Amino acid sequence: MASHRSRAKTWYGHGLPYLAKKRLPGHLIAIEGTDGVGRSAQIELLRPWLELEGYAVSNTGWTRSPLLSETINEAKAGHQLTVTTFSLLYAADFADRLEHEILPALQAGFIVIADRYMYTAFARNSVMGADPDWTREVFGMALVPDLVLYLDIDLEALVPRVIMGKGMDYWESGMHLALGTDLFDSFERYQSRLIDEYRRLSSEFGFISVDARLPIEQLQGELRKHIAEYLSGANGKPRPDSGDNRASPRKE
Amino acid sequence: MICVEGIDGSGKSTQLLLLERWLRAGGYPVHFTEWNSSRLVRRSMQRGKKKNLLTPTTFSLLHAVDFADRLTYQILPPLKAGMIVLADRYVYTAFARDVARGVHPDWVRAVYSPALRPDLTLYFRVPIDISLERLLSGRAKLKYHEAGMDVGLSADPVESFRMFQSRVLEIYDQLTTEFGMRPIDATAEIPNQQRVVRTMVQEILRDYDRERANGKNGVTSQPR
Repeated sequence: MASHRSRAKTWYGHGLPYLAKKRLPGHLIAIEGTDGVGRSAQIELLRPWLELEGYAVSNTGWTRSPLLSETINEAKAGHQLTVTTFSLLYAADFADRLEHEILPALQAGFIVIADRYMYTAFARNSVMGADPDWTREVFGMALVPDLVLYLDIDLEALVPRVIMGKGMDYWESGMHLALGTDLFDSFERYQSRLIDEYRRLSSEFGFISVDARLPIEQLQGELRKHIAEYLSGANGKPRPDSGDNRASPRKE
Repeated sequence: MICVEGIDGSGKSTQLLLLERWLRAGGYPVHFTEWNSSRLVRRSMQRGKKKNLLTPTTFSLLHAVDFADRLTYQILPPLKAGMIVLADRYVYTAFARDVARGVHPDWVRAVYSPALRPDLTLYFRVPIDISLERLLSGRAKLKYHEAGMDVGLSADPVESFRMFQSRVLEIYDQLTTEFGMRPIDATAEIPNQQRVVRTMVQEILRDYDRERANGKNGVTSQPR
Protein backbone atom coordinates (compact mmCIF):
# COMPACT_ATOMS: atom_id res chain seq x y z
CA MET A 1 0.00 0.00 0.00
CA ALA A 2 1.32 3.38 -0.95
CA SER A 3 1.75 6.14 1.56
CA HIS A 4 -1.11 8.53 1.84
CA ARG A 5 -2.33 11.60 3.62
CA SER A 6 -5.69 11.50 5.30
CA ARG A 7 -8.50 13.58 4.04
CA ALA A 8 -10.42 16.11 6.11
CA LYS A 9 -13.11 14.54 8.25
CA THR A 10 -16.61 15.91 8.22
CA TRP A 11 -19.47 15.70 10.69
CA TYR A 12 -22.86 14.55 9.60
CA GLY A 13 -24.68 17.45 11.28
CA HIS A 14 -23.71 19.77 14.13
CA GLY A 15 -21.08 17.34 15.41
CA LEU A 16 -19.80 17.80 18.93
CA PRO A 17 -19.37 21.58 19.29
CA TYR A 18 -17.84 21.35 22.78
CA LEU A 19 -14.86 19.29 21.63
CA ALA A 20 -11.70 21.12 20.78
CA LYS A 21 -10.84 20.68 17.13
CA LYS A 22 -8.27 17.98 16.89
CA ARG A 23 -6.46 16.35 14.06
CA LEU A 24 -7.95 12.96 13.24
CA PRO A 25 -5.31 11.27 11.14
CA GLY A 26 -6.84 7.79 11.44
CA HIS A 27 -9.37 6.19 9.12
CA LEU A 28 -12.95 5.34 9.85
CA ILE A 29 -14.30 2.38 7.93
CA ALA A 30 -17.89 1.30 8.49
CA ILE A 31 -19.18 -2.14 7.58
CA GLU A 32 -22.92 -2.12 7.03
CA GLY A 33 -25.37 -4.87 6.21
CA THR A 34 -28.40 -6.55 7.66
CA ASP A 35 -28.52 -9.11 10.49
CA GLY A 36 -26.77 -12.39 9.76
CA VAL A 37 -25.06 -11.22 6.59
CA GLY A 38 -21.61 -12.07 7.98
CA ARG A 39 -20.24 -8.70 9.05
CA SER A 40 -18.41 -9.87 12.17
CA ALA A 41 -16.74 -12.84 10.48
CA GLN A 42 -15.42 -10.49 7.80
CA ILE A 43 -14.21 -7.95 10.34
CA GLU A 44 -12.34 -10.66 12.21
CA LEU A 45 -10.44 -11.43 9.02
CA LEU A 46 -9.76 -7.80 8.18
CA ARG A 47 -7.97 -7.02 11.38
CA PRO A 48 -4.99 -9.42 11.14
CA TRP A 49 -4.54 -8.46 7.51
CA LEU A 50 -4.41 -4.73 8.27
CA GLU A 51 -2.09 -5.33 11.21
CA LEU A 52 0.24 -7.30 8.99
CA GLU A 53 0.22 -4.32 6.64
CA GLY A 54 1.37 -2.22 9.57
CA TYR A 55 -1.86 -0.49 10.54
CA ALA A 56 -3.11 -0.33 14.12
CA VAL A 57 -6.75 -1.35 14.22
CA SER A 58 -9.55 -0.61 16.64
CA ASN A 59 -12.96 -2.26 16.47
CA THR A 60 -16.26 -0.87 17.59
CA GLY A 61 -19.71 -2.35 17.29
CA TRP A 62 -23.34 -1.45 17.72
CA THR A 63 -24.67 -1.66 21.33
CA ARG A 64 -21.25 -2.43 22.75
CA SER A 65 -20.84 0.71 24.82
CA PRO A 66 -20.09 0.19 28.52
CA LEU A 67 -22.66 2.85 29.35
CA LEU A 68 -25.64 1.44 27.47
CA SER A 69 -25.18 -2.19 26.51
CA GLU A 70 -26.77 -3.62 29.67
CA THR A 71 -29.63 -1.16 29.55
CA ILE A 72 -30.37 -2.01 25.92
CA ASN A 73 -30.27 -5.75 26.54
CA GLU A 74 -32.53 -5.40 29.55
CA ALA A 75 -34.94 -3.17 27.70
CA LYS A 76 -35.10 -5.61 24.81
CA ALA A 77 -35.86 -8.42 27.24
CA GLY A 78 -38.93 -6.53 28.44
CA HIS A 79 -41.60 -4.96 26.27
CA GLN A 80 -41.25 -1.38 27.21
CA LEU A 81 -39.52 0.18 24.23
CA THR A 82 -41.15 2.47 21.70
CA VAL A 83 -39.66 3.48 18.37
CA THR A 84 -38.51 6.72 19.95
CA THR A 85 -36.85 5.26 23.04
CA PHE A 86 -35.33 2.51 20.91
CA SER A 87 -33.76 5.07 18.58
CA LEU A 88 -32.52 7.29 21.38
CA LEU A 89 -30.94 4.39 23.26
CA TYR A 90 -29.05 3.40 20.13
CA ALA A 91 -28.05 7.02 19.58
CA ALA A 92 -26.72 7.21 23.15
CA ASP A 93 -24.81 3.97 22.67
CA PHE A 94 -23.39 5.36 19.45
CA ALA A 95 -22.39 8.69 21.01
CA ASP A 96 -20.71 6.93 23.92
CA ARG A 97 -18.61 4.83 21.57
CA LEU A 98 -17.95 7.79 19.29
CA GLU A 99 -16.47 9.89 22.07
CA HIS A 100 -14.74 7.17 24.07
CA GLU A 101 -13.56 4.78 21.36
CA ILE A 102 -13.81 6.10 17.82
CA LEU A 103 -12.50 9.67 18.15
CA PRO A 104 -9.57 8.82 20.46
CA ALA A 105 -8.51 6.00 18.14
CA LEU A 106 -8.76 8.24 15.06
CA GLN A 107 -6.77 10.88 16.85
CA ALA A 108 -4.09 8.30 17.57
CA GLY A 109 -3.97 7.40 13.89
CA PHE A 110 -5.73 4.02 14.08
CA ILE A 111 -7.96 2.45 11.51
CA VAL A 112 -11.34 2.14 13.18
CA ILE A 113 -13.57 -0.60 11.84
CA ALA A 114 -17.16 -0.03 12.87
CA ASP A 115 -19.46 -3.03 12.82
CA ARG A 116 -22.60 -1.12 11.76
CA TYR A 117 -22.78 2.67 11.79
CA MET A 118 -25.52 5.32 11.86
CA TYR A 119 -26.99 3.96 8.60
CA THR A 120 -28.24 0.93 10.52
CA ALA A 121 -30.27 3.30 12.67
CA PHE A 122 -31.52 5.11 9.56
CA ALA A 123 -32.62 1.82 7.98
CA ARG A 124 -34.24 0.31 11.07
CA ASN A 125 -35.95 3.48 12.19
CA SER A 126 -37.54 4.10 8.87
CA VAL A 127 -38.79 0.49 8.72
CA MET A 128 -40.15 0.93 12.26
CA GLY A 129 -41.96 4.07 11.19
CA ALA A 130 -39.93 6.77 12.93
CA ASP A 131 -39.67 10.12 11.19
CA PRO A 132 -36.54 9.76 9.01
CA ASP A 133 -35.66 13.45 9.34
CA TRP A 134 -35.77 13.18 13.10
CA THR A 135 -33.42 10.16 13.11
CA ARG A 136 -30.98 11.99 10.92
CA GLU A 137 -31.02 15.08 13.10
CA VAL A 138 -30.40 12.99 16.21
CA PHE A 139 -27.35 11.47 14.54
CA GLY A 140 -26.06 14.91 13.59
CA MET A 141 -23.34 14.37 16.21
CA ALA A 142 -21.80 11.60 14.09
CA LEU A 143 -18.56 11.71 12.17
CA VAL A 144 -18.95 10.76 8.51
CA PRO A 145 -16.95 7.58 7.79
CA ASP A 146 -14.15 7.67 5.23
CA LEU A 147 -15.42 4.48 3.66
CA VAL A 148 -18.67 2.54 3.98
CA LEU A 149 -18.63 -1.05 2.79
CA TYR A 150 -22.09 -2.49 2.38
CA LEU A 151 -22.52 -6.25 2.47
CA ASP A 152 -25.42 -6.67 0.11
CA ILE A 153 -27.53 -9.79 0.17
CA ASP A 154 -30.99 -10.76 -1.03
CA LEU A 155 -33.60 -12.38 1.14
CA GLU A 156 -33.28 -15.79 -0.56
CA ALA A 157 -29.60 -16.03 0.34
CA LEU A 158 -30.06 -14.50 3.78
CA VAL A 159 -32.69 -16.93 5.09
CA PRO A 160 -30.61 -20.16 5.07
CA ARG A 161 -27.61 -18.26 6.42
CA VAL A 162 -29.56 -17.02 9.42
CA ILE A 163 -31.23 -20.37 10.06
CA MET A 164 -27.91 -22.21 9.93
CA GLY A 165 -26.28 -19.47 11.98
CA LYS A 166 -27.74 -18.38 15.27
CA GLY A 167 -31.34 -18.78 14.18
CA MET A 168 -34.11 -16.24 13.75
CA ASP A 169 -34.53 -14.07 16.81
CA TYR A 170 -37.45 -11.97 17.95
CA TRP A 171 -36.00 -8.55 17.14
CA GLU A 172 -34.21 -9.40 13.91
CA SER A 173 -37.46 -10.90 12.71
CA GLY A 174 -39.23 -7.65 13.46
CA MET A 175 -41.75 -9.37 15.74
CA HIS A 176 -41.99 -6.08 17.68
CA LEU A 177 -43.62 -4.56 14.62
CA ALA A 178 -46.48 -7.04 14.82
CA LEU A 179 -46.25 -7.84 11.11
CA GLY A 180 -47.78 -11.22 11.83
CA THR A 181 -47.69 -14.04 14.36
CA ASP A 182 -45.48 -16.35 12.34
CA LEU A 183 -41.78 -15.83 13.01
CA PHE A 184 -40.64 -16.91 9.55
CA ASP A 185 -43.16 -14.74 7.70
CA SER A 186 -42.36 -11.79 9.90
CA PHE A 187 -38.63 -12.30 9.34
CA GLU A 188 -39.13 -12.28 5.58
CA ARG A 189 -41.27 -9.16 5.62
CA TYR A 190 -39.07 -7.25 8.04
CA GLN A 191 -35.75 -8.18 6.46
CA SER A 192 -36.89 -7.49 2.92
CA ARG A 193 -38.01 -4.00 3.98
CA LEU A 194 -34.71 -3.53 5.75
CA ILE A 195 -32.71 -4.65 2.72
CA ASP A 196 -34.70 -2.29 0.48
CA GLU A 197 -33.92 0.53 2.85
CA TYR A 198 -30.20 -0.31 3.03
CA ARG A 199 -30.03 -0.35 -0.76
CA ARG A 200 -31.71 3.03 -0.93
CA LEU A 201 -29.24 4.41 1.60
CA SER A 202 -26.39 2.81 -0.30
CA SER A 203 -27.08 4.93 -3.35
CA GLU A 204 -27.90 8.03 -1.33
CA PHE A 205 -24.67 7.93 0.70
CA GLY A 206 -22.39 6.28 -1.84
CA PHE A 207 -21.61 3.03 -0.03
CA ILE A 208 -19.34 0.60 -1.75
CA SER A 209 -21.57 -2.40 -2.22
CA VAL A 210 -20.11 -5.90 -2.21
CA ASP A 211 -21.96 -9.10 -2.98
CA ALA A 212 -22.32 -10.88 0.37
CA ARG A 213 -23.48 -14.09 -1.32
CA LEU A 214 -19.88 -14.79 -2.25
CA PRO A 215 -17.98 -17.45 -0.30
CA ILE A 216 -16.32 -16.05 2.78
CA GLU A 217 -12.74 -15.90 1.40
CA GLN A 218 -13.80 -14.33 -1.85
CA LEU A 219 -15.89 -11.74 -0.05
CA GLN A 220 -12.91 -10.98 2.15
CA GLY A 221 -10.82 -10.48 -0.95
CA GLU A 222 -13.32 -7.96 -2.28
CA LEU A 223 -13.34 -6.02 0.97
CA ARG A 224 -9.55 -5.96 1.13
CA LYS A 225 -9.39 -4.71 -2.43
CA HIS A 226 -11.68 -1.77 -1.65
CA ILE A 227 -9.91 -0.94 1.59
CA ALA A 228 -6.49 -1.07 -0.07
CA GLU A 229 -7.78 1.18 -2.81
CA TYR A 230 -9.08 3.66 -0.31
CA LEU A 231 -5.89 3.58 1.73
CA SER A 232 -3.67 4.21 -1.21
CA GLY A 233 -5.87 7.02 -2.31
CA ALA A 234 -6.28 5.28 -5.65
CA ASN A 235 -9.97 5.91 -5.98
CA GLY A 236 -9.42 9.41 -7.19
CA LYS A 237 -10.22 11.33 -4.01
CA PRO A 238 -8.13 14.45 -3.80
CA ARG A 239 -6.39 14.85 -0.46
CA PRO A 240 -5.88 18.32 0.91
CA ASP A 241 -2.83 19.30 2.88
CA SER A 242 -2.62 17.86 6.35
CA GLY A 243 -2.70 21.36 7.83
CA ASP A 244 -6.28 21.50 6.68
CA ASN A 245 -7.03 18.21 8.27
CA ARG A 246 -9.18 19.39 11.11
CA ALA A 247 -12.59 18.27 12.18
CA SER A 248 -14.88 21.11 11.34
CA PRO A 249 -18.20 21.47 13.15
CA ARG A 250 -20.14 21.22 9.95
CA LYS A 251 -19.39 20.49 6.35
CA GLU A 252 -19.95 23.66 4.42
CA MET B 1 -50.25 20.04 30.70
CA ILE B 2 -48.56 22.25 33.24
CA CYS B 3 -44.86 22.24 33.96
CA VAL B 4 -42.38 24.01 36.18
CA GLU B 5 -38.85 25.01 35.29
CA GLY B 6 -35.95 26.68 37.07
CA ILE B 7 -32.44 25.98 38.31
CA ASP B 8 -31.77 23.68 41.27
CA GLY B 9 -32.83 25.37 44.49
CA SER B 10 -35.36 27.66 42.83
CA GLY B 11 -38.17 26.12 44.87
CA LYS B 12 -40.14 24.88 41.86
CA SER B 13 -40.83 21.41 43.27
CA THR B 14 -42.27 22.89 46.44
CA GLN B 15 -44.53 25.13 44.40
CA LEU B 16 -45.65 22.25 42.21
CA LEU B 17 -46.48 20.16 45.27
CA LEU B 18 -48.64 22.97 46.66
CA LEU B 19 -50.35 23.34 43.32
CA GLU B 20 -51.04 19.61 43.19
CA ARG B 21 -52.63 19.69 46.67
CA TRP B 22 -54.87 22.54 45.63
CA LEU B 23 -55.93 20.93 42.35
CA ARG B 24 -56.71 17.62 44.03
CA ALA B 25 -58.72 19.40 46.71
CA GLY B 26 -60.65 21.07 43.88
CA GLY B 27 -61.57 17.64 42.51
CA TYR B 28 -59.31 17.71 39.46
CA PRO B 29 -57.80 14.46 38.19
CA VAL B 30 -54.05 15.04 38.38
CA HIS B 31 -51.03 13.05 37.30
CA PHE B 32 -47.52 13.98 38.42
CA THR B 33 -44.34 13.18 36.50
CA GLU B 34 -40.76 14.09 37.22
CA TRP B 35 -37.61 14.62 35.15
CA ASN B 36 -35.17 11.70 35.12
CA SER B 37 -37.47 9.25 36.87
CA SER B 38 -38.03 6.44 34.37
CA ARG B 39 -36.64 3.03 35.23
CA LEU B 40 -35.47 2.48 31.67
CA VAL B 41 -32.22 4.43 31.92
CA ARG B 42 -31.78 4.52 35.68
CA ARG B 43 -28.93 2.04 35.68
CA SER B 44 -27.07 3.71 32.82
CA MET B 45 -27.55 7.08 34.44
CA GLN B 46 -26.22 5.85 37.79
CA ARG B 47 -23.29 4.07 36.22
CA GLY B 48 -22.49 7.05 34.01
CA LYS B 49 -22.59 9.49 36.90
CA LYS B 50 -20.69 7.30 39.33
CA LYS B 51 -17.90 6.39 36.95
CA ASN B 52 -17.92 9.77 35.31
CA LEU B 53 -18.54 8.28 31.87
CA LEU B 54 -21.06 10.85 30.69
CA THR B 55 -20.25 13.36 28.01
CA PRO B 56 -22.53 16.32 27.23
CA THR B 57 -24.03 14.31 24.36
CA THR B 58 -24.67 11.05 26.21
CA PHE B 59 -25.91 13.00 29.25
CA SER B 60 -28.39 14.69 26.93
CA LEU B 61 -29.44 11.51 25.12
CA LEU B 62 -30.00 9.53 28.33
CA HIS B 63 -32.31 12.27 29.56
CA ALA B 64 -34.04 12.22 26.20
CA VAL B 65 -34.67 8.48 26.56
CA ASP B 66 -36.09 9.11 30.03
CA PHE B 67 -38.31 11.84 28.63
CA ALA B 68 -39.52 9.84 25.63
CA ASP B 69 -40.33 6.90 27.88
CA ARG B 70 -42.34 9.10 30.24
CA LEU B 71 -44.02 10.79 27.30
CA THR B 72 -45.41 7.43 26.18
CA TYR B 73 -46.26 5.96 29.57
CA GLN B 74 -46.72 8.91 31.94
CA ILE B 75 -47.72 11.97 29.95
CA LEU B 76 -49.81 11.06 26.89
CA PRO B 77 -52.20 8.51 28.48
CA PRO B 78 -53.37 10.82 31.30
CA LEU B 79 -53.72 13.71 28.84
CA LYS B 80 -55.78 11.57 26.50
CA ALA B 81 -57.91 10.58 29.47
CA GLY B 82 -58.56 14.27 30.08
CA MET B 83 -56.43 14.55 33.19
CA ILE B 84 -54.12 17.36 34.21
CA VAL B 85 -50.45 16.43 33.98
CA LEU B 86 -48.02 18.23 36.25
CA ALA B 87 -44.39 17.93 35.19
CA ASP B 88 -41.46 18.80 37.40
CA ARG B 89 -39.07 19.98 34.68
CA TYR B 90 -39.78 19.60 30.99
CA VAL B 91 -37.82 19.87 27.72
CA TYR B 92 -36.65 23.39 28.61
CA THR B 93 -34.43 21.84 31.27
CA ALA B 94 -32.59 20.02 28.49
CA PHE B 95 -32.55 23.11 26.29
CA ALA B 96 -30.91 25.09 29.11
CA ARG B 97 -28.65 22.57 30.84
CA ASP B 98 -27.42 20.58 27.86
CA VAL B 99 -26.64 23.70 25.91
CA ALA B 100 -24.78 25.08 28.95
CA ARG B 101 -22.76 21.82 28.79
CA GLY B 102 -21.95 22.53 25.16
CA VAL B 103 -24.32 20.65 22.85
CA HIS B 104 -25.76 22.52 19.90
CA PRO B 105 -29.08 24.28 20.66
CA ASP B 106 -30.64 23.12 17.36
CA TRP B 107 -29.57 19.54 17.95
CA VAL B 108 -31.17 19.30 21.39
CA ARG B 109 -34.38 20.89 20.08
CA ALA B 110 -34.46 18.31 17.29
CA VAL B 111 -33.89 15.45 19.71
CA TYR B 112 -36.88 16.58 21.77
CA SER B 113 -39.14 17.34 18.82
CA PRO B 114 -41.51 14.43 19.63
CA ALA B 115 -42.52 16.38 22.76
CA LEU B 116 -45.74 18.33 22.88
CA ARG B 117 -46.00 21.91 23.94
CA PRO B 118 -47.31 22.41 27.49
CA ASP B 119 -50.37 24.59 28.11
CA LEU B 120 -48.51 26.45 30.81
CA THR B 121 -44.84 26.61 31.80
CA LEU B 122 -43.97 28.33 35.03
CA TYR B 123 -40.39 29.54 35.27
CA PHE B 124 -39.11 30.09 38.78
CA ARG B 125 -36.46 32.71 38.51
CA VAL B 126 -33.93 32.99 41.30
CA PRO B 127 -30.45 34.53 41.66
CA ILE B 128 -27.58 32.03 42.01
CA ASP B 129 -26.72 33.07 45.58
CA ILE B 130 -30.19 32.35 46.87
CA SER B 131 -30.40 28.96 45.21
CA LEU B 132 -26.94 28.09 46.58
CA GLU B 133 -27.99 29.11 50.06
CA ARG B 134 -31.13 26.97 49.84
CA LEU B 135 -29.27 23.92 48.54
CA LEU B 136 -26.45 24.13 51.07
CA SER B 137 -28.80 24.61 54.02
CA GLY B 138 -30.57 21.37 53.16
CA ARG B 139 -27.54 19.13 52.72
CA ALA B 140 -23.80 18.90 53.26
CA LYS B 141 -22.61 19.46 49.70
CA LEU B 142 -23.60 20.06 46.11
CA LYS B 143 -24.04 17.14 43.74
CA TYR B 144 -21.36 16.67 41.10
CA HIS B 145 -23.56 17.26 38.04
CA GLU B 146 -25.77 19.85 39.69
CA ALA B 147 -22.59 21.88 40.29
CA GLY B 148 -21.61 21.28 36.64
CA MET B 149 -18.32 19.76 37.80
CA ASP B 150 -18.27 17.63 34.64
CA VAL B 151 -17.91 20.79 32.56
CA GLY B 152 -14.59 21.57 34.23
CA LEU B 153 -15.17 25.26 34.90
CA SER B 154 -13.66 25.16 38.37
CA ALA B 155 -12.29 22.55 40.78
CA ASP B 156 -14.22 24.17 43.61
CA PRO B 157 -17.82 22.87 43.68
CA VAL B 158 -19.37 26.12 44.89
CA GLU B 159 -17.49 28.20 42.35
CA SER B 160 -18.33 25.67 39.64
CA PHE B 161 -22.01 25.76 40.61
CA ARG B 162 -21.98 29.53 40.40
CA MET B 163 -20.39 29.56 36.94
CA PHE B 164 -22.37 26.68 35.48
CA GLN B 165 -25.76 27.67 36.86
CA SER B 166 -25.21 31.27 35.73
CA ARG B 167 -24.94 29.94 32.19
CA VAL B 168 -28.09 27.89 32.71
CA LEU B 169 -29.89 30.91 34.12
CA GLU B 170 -28.90 33.04 31.16
CA ILE B 171 -30.24 30.44 28.72
CA TYR B 172 -33.46 30.04 30.72
CA ASP B 173 -34.00 33.77 30.37
CA GLN B 174 -33.69 33.49 26.60
CA LEU B 175 -36.04 30.51 26.54
CA THR B 176 -38.64 32.49 28.48
CA THR B 177 -39.29 34.67 25.46
CA GLU B 178 -38.74 31.95 22.87
CA PHE B 179 -41.31 29.59 24.41
CA GLY B 180 -43.55 31.94 26.34
CA MET B 181 -42.69 30.63 29.78
CA ARG B 182 -44.33 32.59 32.59
CA PRO B 183 -41.65 33.94 34.91
CA ILE B 184 -42.28 33.91 38.64
CA ASP B 185 -40.17 35.70 41.21
CA ALA B 186 -38.81 32.77 43.19
CA THR B 187 -37.31 35.02 45.86
CA ALA B 188 -40.79 35.93 47.13
CA GLU B 189 -42.42 34.25 50.15
CA ILE B 190 -43.68 30.76 49.41
CA PRO B 191 -47.41 31.52 49.90
CA ASN B 192 -47.14 34.64 47.75
CA GLN B 193 -45.56 32.69 44.92
CA GLN B 194 -48.22 30.02 45.24
CA ARG B 195 -50.94 32.66 44.98
CA VAL B 196 -49.46 33.82 41.66
CA VAL B 197 -49.17 30.21 40.48
CA ARG B 198 -52.80 29.42 41.30
CA THR B 199 -54.02 32.55 39.53
CA MET B 200 -52.15 31.58 36.36
CA VAL B 201 -53.41 28.01 36.55
CA GLN B 202 -56.97 29.15 37.13
CA GLU B 203 -56.73 31.18 33.95
CA ILE B 204 -55.83 28.19 31.78
CA LEU B 205 -58.33 25.95 33.58
CA ARG B 206 -61.23 28.08 32.43
CA ASP B 207 -61.33 26.30 29.06
CA TYR B 208 -60.69 22.98 30.69
CA ASP B 209 -63.64 23.45 33.08
CA ARG B 210 -65.95 24.38 30.22
CA GLU B 211 -64.89 21.35 28.21
CA ARG B 212 -65.31 19.09 31.20
CA ALA B 213 -68.78 20.45 31.78
CA ASN B 214 -69.60 19.60 28.16
CA GLY B 215 -68.22 16.11 28.67
CA LYS B 216 -65.44 16.66 26.16
CA ASN B 217 -62.57 14.90 27.82
CA GLY B 218 -59.15 14.78 26.31
CA VAL B 219 -59.43 18.08 24.47
CA THR B 220 -56.35 19.40 26.24
CA SER B 221 -54.25 16.53 24.95
CA GLN B 222 -54.05 17.93 21.43
CA PRO B 223 -50.55 19.16 20.68
CA ARG B 224 -50.46 22.82 19.84
